[in-house]
Amino acid sequence: MKLMYRIGVIGDSDSICGYAALGLDIFPVSDTSEASQTLKKLCAGDFAIIYITEQMVKGIESEIDRYSSQRIPAIIPIPGAGGSLGIGMDSVRKSVEKAVGSDILFGGK
Amino acid sequence: MATMRVNPTRMELTRLKKRLVTAIRGHKLLKDKRDELMRQFLEIVRQNRVLREKVEKGIEEANRHFVIARSVMQNEMLSAALMLPKQQVSLEVGNKNIMSVNIPVFETKTKTDNPNDIFSYGYAFTTSDLDDAVLALAKVLPDMLALAESEKSAQLLADEIEKTRRRVNALEHVMIPDLQDTIRFITMKLDESERSNLTRLMKVKDMMIEQTIRERQAQNAR
Repeated sequence: MKLMYRIGVIGDSDSICGYAALGLDIFPVSDTSEASQTLKKLCAGDFAIIYITEQMVKGIESEIDRYSSQRIPAIIPIPGAGGSLGIGMDSVRKSVEKAVGSDILFGGK
Repeated sequence: MATMRVNPTRMELTRLKKRLVTAIRGHKLLKDKRDELMRQFLEIVRQNRVLREKVEKGIEEANRHFVIARSVMQNEMLSAALMLPKQQVSLEVGNKNIMSVNIPVFETKTKTDNPNDIFSYGYAFTTSDLDDAVLALAKVLPDMLALAESEKSAQLLADEIEKTRRRVNALEHVMIPDLQDTIRFITMKLDESERSNLTRLMKVKDMMIEQTIRERQAQNAR
């Protein structure tokens, strides 16, 4: 019997209320310190994927980086109601830079 | 030229030569591993980029619908409509092995099979824009899951590539040259002592011959 994991969504309530309808667990937070607390709680729990709005990601990158070398959970930035800030693309670029040594895919952008 | 601190003996030389062979073999294997990891990584990252663009566009679309829904409906009504979801998504986490990097594979299970269960509210008191918004989100969800998987894979692979590259560089630029230098040092030292031994023997032989000649001359003189 495999363990069943859940999917969490962290962000301001306006951005994330729709995900509740899909059956994901939503955790509305109002500022980054609350977000980082919630994140810690979820990482300790049985959450395999945690989506977090880019507005909340902004202040707590170091928290998130701590989990990047672990297999679970996957913490994925998503654009919130305010639109995309490009943080998600940035994280892809960062991992490319880490692996290759320089940014070879996103060069001119 | 950095040699290790070792005794220049024949035993040490054999030991170091064995180590050099292992180091070179390890270097070759790690280099192959790095190349293959890199190939897989670039594939995943390209796919990741496409997915992210798709997901961001989808979420934006859903958010646009939400904004309209929020402007038409009262906020309390909207949150009440979404408060009690019918659907529940859970995940099964499998494992995939890429060059000994364990990568999670997510498999979703929904509580109910009916795709219409994402609408957790009666249609009488809600606007159709809310339906559109929820539907748009539901459409992005599979891509979001794929994104989570590929982004995590990219992170894990990037970590492993960095480690492997360090190891390859350490072997290539430190270990192997050091070993080669030390081996050369010991060989030279051994050769040198061989030569000095030979000269000493020749010298001793010369001295012995001289001594005999002197003894013979003394005998003849008597």
